[in-house]
This record gives sequence, structure tokens and C-alpha cells, in this order.
Amino acid sequence: MSRDRPRRARTVAAMIVVGIALLLLALAPRPEGTTIELPGSEATASEAPAAEATASAGAAAATRATTVQDTADPHQAHEGHAPVAPSRPEAFTGTEHIVGPGERHERISDALEVADAGDRIRVRAGHYREGPLTIDRSIELIGEGWPVLDGEGEHSILTVTADHVRIQGFILRDSGFSHIRDHAAITVEESHGCRIEHNRLENNFFGIYLARAHDCLVRHNDIRSSATREATSGNGIHLWDVDRVQVEDNHITGHRDGIYLEFARNAVIRSNRSEANLRYGLHFMFSDESFYVNNVFARNGAGVAVMYSRDVVMSRNQFLDNWGSSAYGLLVKEVQDSLIEGNLFRGNTIAIHSEGSDRLTFRLNRLERNGWAVKILANSQDNYFTANNFIDNTFDVITNSRQNPNTFDANYWSQYRGYDLEGDGTGDLAHRPVRLFSFIVETKPVALILLRSFFVDILEVAERVLPILTPETLTDENPLMTEVPGGEPWA
Amino acid sequence: MNTLKIARYQLRDVMRSRWVLLYGIFFLLMTDALFRFGGSGERVLLSLMNVVLIAIPLVAIVLGTMYLYGSREFTELLLTQPVRRRSLFLGLFTGLALPMSVAFVLGTGLPFWAHGGLAGGTGSSLLLLLGTGVGLTLIFASLAFLIALSTEDRIRGLGISLGVWVFFTVVFNGLVMLAIYMLADYPMEKPVLALSLLNPIDLGRILLLLSFDISALMGFTGAVFRRFFGSGLGQGVAIGAMAAWVVIPFALGLRSFHRKNF
Repeated sequence: MSRDRPRRARTVAAMIVVGIALLLLALAPRPEGTTIELPGSEATASEAPAAEATASAGAAAATRATTVQDTADPHQAHEGHAPVAPSRPEAFTGTEHIVGPGERHERISDALEVADAGDRIRVRAGHYREGPLTIDRSIELIGEGWPVLDGEGEHSILTVTADHVRIQGFILRDSGFSHIRDHAAITVEESHGCRIEHNRLENNFFGIYLARAHDCLVRHNDIRSSATREATSGNGIHLWDVDRVQVEDNHITGHRDGIYLEFARNAVIRSNRSEANLRYGLHFMFSDESFYVNNVFARNGAGVAVMYSRDVVMSRNQFLDNWGSSAYGLLVKEVQDSLIEGNLFRGNTIAIHSEGSDRLTFRLNRLERNGWAVKILANSQDNYFTANNFIDNTFDVITNSRQNPNTFDANYWSQYRGYDLEGDGTGDLAHRPVRLFSFIVETKPVALILLRSFFVDILEVAERVLPILTPETLTDENPLMTEVPGGEPWA
Repeated sequence: MNTLKIARYQLRDVMRSRWVLLYGIFFLLMTDALFRFGGSGERVLLSLMNVVLIAIPLVAIVLGTMYLYGSREFTELLLTQPVRRRSLFLGLFTGLALPMSVAFVLGTGLPFWAHGGLAGGTGSSLLLLLGTGVGLTLIFASLAFLIALSTEDRIRGLGISLGVWVFFTVVFNGLVMLAIYMLADYPMEKPVLALSLLNPIDLGRILLLLSFDISALMGFTGAVFRRFFGSGLGQGVAIGAMAAWVVIPFALGLRSFHRKNF
């Protein structure tokens, strides 16, 4: 064994040094959040204080809550005023009619015939197959022990044409499907002051359908269906031409659109959970001055769409896991003068897609682990993004033009690799959130297969030094070094 | 039997020269640091992915070439003994690939275990990462042997190794990009998939992408890739291609080892 050990060891050691040096050289200027983060590099150091920062989160969250609350107040005022609440829930003075097997009325329709305005009908547990029922007087229809109203897959179930009707405590199932008529479990037409609460809706075509109604309250309903095709399914809660309607604490799943608003004014959509619907979790059109807060929209076919509306407030909602070739956390199209604040966007193919929308303010949102965090087309102008957290998205911002008519200022970008020598909490170098590769993928989608490859990283560095394709003016001049604290206001 | 003996000897020799220890410590320190600064297991995996795809091929091919040149006298000595060339080659290969794989798996796996980063679905991703890393080690060690056997000149051999590494990490993807732009009028999803099978680093990257960047891969094109590699057939093809990448250079190396006139 005459092996020249010292010499060999030296050669090998030299090779390792060269190899590691090469490696570091190659990796050092990599721009994305996926680089090797060696201890002490400024990128990792900047993330460390984030944990401490959450300590002050409480205070910030409180401030924010007040802001949101302020905006909420004008709408909440409706609840206090008479129209929404039935005028006499406690001091009930009308007649009570009991319906049930062995009671005075065996059928609900009998009780409906004899009841006068102001009466209450109490329906005992049972299975009622009575064809379509119409409530044309101001009564309360209360289920006790979850009576079942069956549409038998043929017809609509309850239709309300009177004011101040209350429906509570029923299981409504199997309203009929029709190509011509929108059969719903509960239809309210041209009336006001209705209250629909604590019902369970199962496997209906449309769930709750309000047309030309105002000052209504729809809450605590559990609405489920198992639709498989858009063409043969209806919406969970459908609001058409309504004013001052509140939709609260409902759970909607398996419909075409979870909640659908068209020509709604002053609507308040609060604390609902809309998930796994075929198309949109919330579909919002021509509905000005409306407000939605604290809702959860998860795993819907195409996420949430807000279109052709003005003065909308969207705050503290969660947009989660909306996946698909045309799925958005939030699609805003032709929307003006609205506020999108304190929302959480996580795991969506495209978190926010903006098309032809102007003067929107996006602040204090958290965009995390989305494919594309913000896709903003150049026909959207004067939008303002500030104090948002962009965290671990594959692409942070993409647009379709080299012009940039929008403003990004003082956001936190986990992909930012600058430094803060002044120590004022904002990076000394501007951040360019639009990556060359996102441009390439936009024009040649097949190039997606090169995602996270070394070659693409090299191109990105070159582009960053000398921008040729990416919009030169789309920069954040004051990128934050640490996440915007805020706790979890949506929780 | 002889294979094992030779491998054991080479193992001891490799341990004594300590580079494999350094290699393991490199992974250990880095993974640990990523956990301390970066946070969640998922994030660490994403950062590690780049290291695995770039560092492992580089180290394996450069060290592999040097290792075989370094073992030249030992090889010649053993060839004077009644030892089959096949056993000798296998022993030499095991002596390199085994410690490198173990160093990588332990260096990456231990911090994960220690920091409890295996919670919530990252376990399978980690396994995939480790599998890819070991696969790349085997592939580039085989390539290194092939290169070292084909040229006598050490400097030239080293040059070729670096060239091969640059080709697979950078140049190949450049050519793919060029093809995408030049043939933009044709549906390129399937040809691009086929191309990716020709590069083991790309293959590893795409397999890992499918477990990390799901959201970005949900667009139309992403869905095509996902459907292919997500299906039983696609995974079979991918694993088969990986295996072919180990077996073919290894077999070629063995053949030239048999024929070589030392």
C-alpha cells in the first residue's frame, strides 16, 4: 500500500474549498426566498426579530380593529333600527297555532290559512310534504325539533310575499330543479323585514333566494348541496335587487355560488363560511356601498369575484386554497374606490387579480404561499398597496405592461434581499417585486417547467441589474425589513 | 465478498481523509441554521432543495473524479491479486457513494428530527428530498467514474467533470428555454416533459416542485405537468428515468474498467 496520503488529502481539501467557494459564488446573489440562508446573512437576520415584533401585535391589531369597526358602524346601525328585527320578538301578543301529528293542524298549509298577521305557527317534528307553501301574512313560522319540509325534488318549498316574516328551525330539503324557474328552499319576494335564521338546507337547487326585498336578516343557516355541474345547480344565498340585507354566520357548501349578490345596496356579509362551491364562494356584481367582513372563502372553484361595484369594503376575510387554472382568491373587475384591508390570502393559484379597477386601497393584508400574489393588469389605475405582507409566494406581483399606473409602498416582501444600514426599518434599496421569470411564464406558460432552476436565477440577476423587460417603475421604494405586525385579525 | 472487503477498506480510507465528515457537517450546519433562522420545516425544505440540486452533483462529480484518480495505485496493486475487476469496481463505487449518501442523509435528516420539522406533511417531502439527493449522488458519482476512466490526465478529467456539471445545471435549461421560444407555435408541454427526462437534475427539481409549489402549478400548463408526474405512469417513468441515469453511466464505467489497460 504505497499511497501518497498527504498529497492526496491536500488535493481533496483544495477541491472542497474550490467547490464550496464556487457554490457560494453561484448562490450568493440569488434573488428569491429560496436561497441558502447561511447564519449571519442579512436576510435571515432580518427575519429573526419578526417573532418579537408580534409582541406589539396586540396593540396594532386593536388599532386596526377600531378602524374596521368605524367603517362597520354605519352598516351595523341597521341592526339597531327597527326594520330588520321583527317588531315583537319578546313581548309576543298574537295567537299561537300548533302544527304536528296529532295536533290541531296536521298540515302547515291549514295553519297558514287560518293565521292572521302577527300570529305564530309552531311546527312540531315531522316530515311535511305539502307542495309549495306561500306565506302571505306577517307571521312567524317556528320549527321545533327540526321538522322537515320536503320539496320532493319537484318544486320550491317556502315562498314569502308578506313583510316581517320569520322562519326558523326547519330542515328544508330537495327543492326541485328547473331550467325555467329558480326553485329555492326559501324565496322572499318584494317584501321587507324578513328574518331567516337557524335553518338547515339540504340538497336544494337554490337555497335562500331574496328578490326585491329589503331590510332582511339571514343568519345561522347551514346550507349544503352536492352540486356537480354549474348548469344544473343554483346559488346558496341569492340576493337580487335588495337593499340593507344582512347575511351573517351562515355556512354554505356544494352550491354553484355560495353567496350571490346582484344589484344589492348596503349589504352586509359577515362571518359566513363559504367553501367548496362549484364556482364562486362569493359573487358580487353591481352592488355598491356593500361591506363584507370576517368571512372564510375556501376551496371554491374560482374563489371570490367582485365586479362592477363601487365603495365596497372587504376586511378581515380569509381566502384559502382556491386552486385551478382560473381560480382567484379575489377577482376585482371594474371596481372603484374600495378598501381591501386585513385579509388573509393563503394557498391560492392567484391571490388577487385586478382588472380595470381603480382607486382601490390594499392594506394590512397577508398574502402567503400563493402561486401569484397580485396579478394587476395595466388597465387598473391608481391603486395603492401599502403595509401588506408578501410571504413565500412563488411570484409576488405580475402585470402585463412595462408601464405602472399603481403604487406599491412600504410593504414587507419575504423575497427582498436588501439591507437597512440606516436602521429605520425600511430597506435602503428599492424592491422590484416583478420577476423576469413571471414575465416569461406569462408569455410562454410552458416555461413554467424551468421554475426554480439555476438558469432562471441567473437570468433574474441579470434582469435585476439592468431591467429590460420588467416594469422599471413598479418598485417599492420603502420595503419593510420585518413583517407588518398585526397578529391575526381575521381569526 | 471481495467487494465488501474493498468497500470496507475504502470506507476507512475515506473516513480518515475527513472530507466526507466535512460534507456531512456542511449539511448539518446548514439545515440547522435554516431551522434556527427560517422557521418551519416546509421553508427549510424549499431552501434545501436548491442546495441539493446544485451542491450534490457538483461535489459528487468533482470528488468522484479525484477519488478515482487518487485510488489509482491502490487499484493497480489490487489488480495484481486474484480479484475480479467487477468486484473491485463495485467496491470502489460503494466506498465513495455510500459515505456520501449517508453523510447527506444524516446531515439533513438529523436537524429535521431534532427540530421536530417532520410535523404536518413535510415527512413525505423530506423523504422525496433525501431520495432525490441520494439518486443524484449515485448518478454523478457514476458519471465521475466514467470520466476518470476515460482520461488519464487529472486536470483534464477535472475540467470535463466541471463541464458536465455546468451543462446539466445551466446550459441544458438554457437550451430548453431556447426550444420553448423557437417552437412557440407548437404545443410544447409534452416535448418539454420528455426533455426533462434527459437531465437528472431537472427530473429531481420537477419532482420536488410538485410537492412544494403546488399553487403555481395549478395553471393550465402546471396542471399538465402535475397530471403527468402525479399519475402512476408519470411517477413510474420519472423513477425509471432516474434509475436509468444511475445504471447506464455505471454500466459504461464498468465496461471501460474491464477493458482498461492499467
